[in-house]
Amino acid sequence: MELRYVREKMLPQQEPPLGEKGAVKWLRENLFSGWLNTILTVAGALALFFLIKASLPWFQHGVWNAKSLSECRAVIEANWGPGESGACWALIHERWNQFIYGFYPADFYWRPNLTFMLLLAAIAPVLYGQLPRQLLIVTLAFPALAFWLLWGGSIWGPVMAMVGFGLIYLGYRLLNDRIGAVVSMAIGFAVACVWWLWLQTSVSTPLAAALPFFSLTPVESDRFGGFLLAFVIGVSAIVASLPLGIILALGRKSDMPLVKMLCVGFIEFVRGVPLITMLFTASLLLQYFLPRGTKFDLILRVDILVTLFSAAYIAEVIRGGLAALPRGQSEAADALGLNYWQAQRQIIMPQALKISIPGIVSSFIGLFKDTTLVTFVGLMDPLKGITQVVRADINWKGIYWEPYLFVGAIFFVFCFGMSRYSMYLERKLKRDHR
Amino acid sequence: MIPAIKAESLGALTERGDFMAIAAATPKQGFRLGQLVYDTRYRSYTIQVIVLLLVLAGVYWLGANLRENLAAKGKDLSYNFLFNRAGYDIGQHLIAYSNDSTHGRAAIVGLLNTLLVASLACIFATILGVTVGVLRLSNNWLVGRLMTVYIEVFRNVPLLLWIILAYVALSEVMPEPKDFKPVTAEMIAAGHAPQAQMLFGNVLAVTNRGTDIPSILLSRPLGGIDIGPLSLNFSFLVIAGVIIACIWANLGLLRRAKEVQETTGERPTTWWKSIAILFGPIIALMIALGFHLEYPAFKGFNFQGGLNVAHAFTSLLIALTIYSATYIAEAVRAGILAISRGQSEAAFALGLRPGRTMKLIVLPQALRVIIPPLISQYLNITKNTSLGIAVSYLDLRGTLGGITLNQTGRELECMLLMMAIYLTLSLLISSVMNVFNNAVRLKER
Repeated sequence: MELRYVREKMLPQQEPPLGEKGAVKWLRENLFSGWLNTILTVAGALALFFLIKASLPWFQHGVWNAKSLSECRAVIEANWGPGESGACWALIHERWNQFIYGFYPADFYWRPNLTFMLLLAAIAPVLYGQLPRQLLIVTLAFPALAFWLLWGGSIWGPVMAMVGFGLIYLGYRLLNDRIGAVVSMAIGFAVACVWWLWLQTSVSTPLAAALPFFSLTPVESDRFGGFLLAFVIGVSAIVASLPLGIILALGRKSDMPLVKMLCVGFIEFVRGVPLITMLFTASLLLQYFLPRGTKFDLILRVDILVTLFSAAYIAEVIRGGLAALPRGQSEAADALGLNYWQAQRQIIMPQALKISIPGIVSSFIGLFKDTTLVTFVGLMDPLKGITQVVRADINWKGIYWEPYLFVGAIFFVFCFGMSRYSMYLERKLKRDHR
Repeated sequence: MIPAIKAESLGALTERGDFMAIAAATPKQGFRLGQLVYDTRYRSYTIQVIVLLLVLAGVYWLGANLRENLAAKGKDLSYNFLFNRAGYDIGQHLIAYSNDSTHGRAAIVGLLNTLLVASLACIFATILGVTVGVLRLSNNWLVGRLMTVYIEVFRNVPLLLWIILAYVALSEVMPEPKDFKPVTAEMIAAGHAPQAQMLFGNVLAVTNRGTDIPSILLSRPLGGIDIGPLSLNFSFLVIAGVIIACIWANLGLLRRAKEVQETTGERPTTWWKSIAILFGPIIALMIALGFHLEYPAFKGFNFQGGLNVAHAFTSLLIALTIYSATYIAEAVRAGILAISRGQSEAAFALGLRPGRTMKLIVLPQALRVIIPPLISQYLNITKNTSLGIAVSYLDLRGTLGGITLNQTGRELECMLLMMAIYLTLSLLISSVMNVFNNAVRLKER
């Protein structure tokens, strides 16, 4: 007699139970895994349903071509029956130029357009390292070109202003080896200040007279508005506040008590007051602290204050990055005999900045959103300034959802884009292997 | 190449007393002026002296300009205007105020309005933010996605837009007060229906002019006293004092329960004692003071009674809440994600239930990560209340930095005082929160 308990033939593999495969399994695991989850799913689905039910017809009935709100409503009534509501996108269609350019002269729209193209060309090599490095020339020339294109006038003013930055760089290159980066740059800066304050105009004015063909019709600052204004303030403040923030963060960590005290005082003061008070300082108080009769462009004043404001926040973000670096990094740099600035440039900053990328980019996003606050000092921002002008028009009186949704959507696109870019950069710069 | 000095030869040198000779052989030089620039030891002093001189020169320059400008405008620097009659009305005032009050009192009313909207927004944004942050982490696919969309949409659009949109929507979409006119039985029979209804059983009415809510009244209040621009409301002080005393007593009870637990191993039941301590005295006090609610009611052409909350306040509160909640939600999510799974797995292995795991293991650790960004969010909310300017909310900026500034023409004084107040407020909030942060921080050696 032989007893065998070992199965000789393998059973064919069975189908998983109905509830454990495919869509049913996914639904069970992700939507209905327990009573709490089921309640959440139902509540979420209901909320979504009512949201769509309320807004979808409104979007569907949208009208793109009309001359006034009443005409819009008439078209909607004719197409969809009485009592139906719908979006009147015709407002955006008709006032598009005002939303984008503010009161910029219509003949010169090519100038902001060209500046925007140049901006894309200028930031491309900064954002993507794979692009050829020669493109950085556009980046370096961009500030002068953009100023010239937007405000007009002779090209020699902006070019000669750029020469001042050249002087700072020259001072650094010539003297750095002997007296260190700070002192050499300070000397360069002093020379540049002399150039900007006393010599520049006496060089650029004769040049402009001698070579008049590089000049554009000047456009006053109060013609700027809409997204053009938001971009001018946002981009320039972003570009200027990063280096300033780095300097402030280093100053806060400095061994020199006086420098440290000044930096801490500045950062804490700026972070303690709302941006609006800074903007009012720009528009109301600055006249008290500058020499009598100084005329100083409002956009420039606001831009400087917004830059200082944002620099303080960026300094704190970078300080966090510096604090997160192990001490060994700077000690190793010291052991290699690098001096302070070499160590900062080669060892500390690349790592600290990498850590602080998310924080820096969210400061930038905050800054770009905050450009809308310039409306309170009388500038025509797209959100309140331009929309108020548009809504004051007798043809468009009583319209509110459409302009705000439009402006909000554009802000969303840019801010969301920036946050996605920071995620890309974080992934790209990640060096640890996990 | 550095010549290596062997230990024994060094020892031999010291023995013979020649070591000093070597040390003395290094060239001894006096201090040269060039060292101020070239020598890294002295360079920092040079830099600091130059910075100090530049700062002093800058301050002097600004001061000289200021004096010259003030003289040219025929103005002086004085805060006496704070004691003059303000002459304007403030719709929402937490302390007694009329247009005969002083500018200083108006500034305090404004400050209280700032604090009111800021503290309410902090509370609501924390509740909403924590909920959303936790829901975003839930296993539920649909709810997780919805929360992600909410967060991304609201934090990538300027706060100003939400304030204005909320204000415009409230004041243009909502029905007029006359639409609330009650209809009699005959009118209903004739086919008339009221065009708008009050919410929550005739308690709350949202009209295009404001929101009417029940007001809290005391039939036997304790009165109050005015000290200069400050005013004290005794009922309020007594209520606040009793609440704080109750919380303190409850903490004492819990501490004693913990002591008992640690010595005997048995935890005494505390929940009913806690409830009695926390709510008993307050309810008794409320009955003693004659606490009752006054409901808004439609009379004539508008609502009478109750409290009319202006849309400026409501829209600012709504916008601040939904906007800041997204940031808090992200902070909460990051905090919970920062706690490694091993912590909760270890707690489960020890036999702790999910609720106690959350309370004893995950939350104390997550709080450490959450609190610093939460502090900065509270600061941001406080500073962002100044955007109430978009809807003419009379906060500190609206009174001191707005109407008072325009009426008296003292921009410099008003702006400096306003900045000082905001700065003090920010520093106060951050120091209070830092104390809390230090209490829950990881105790490291």
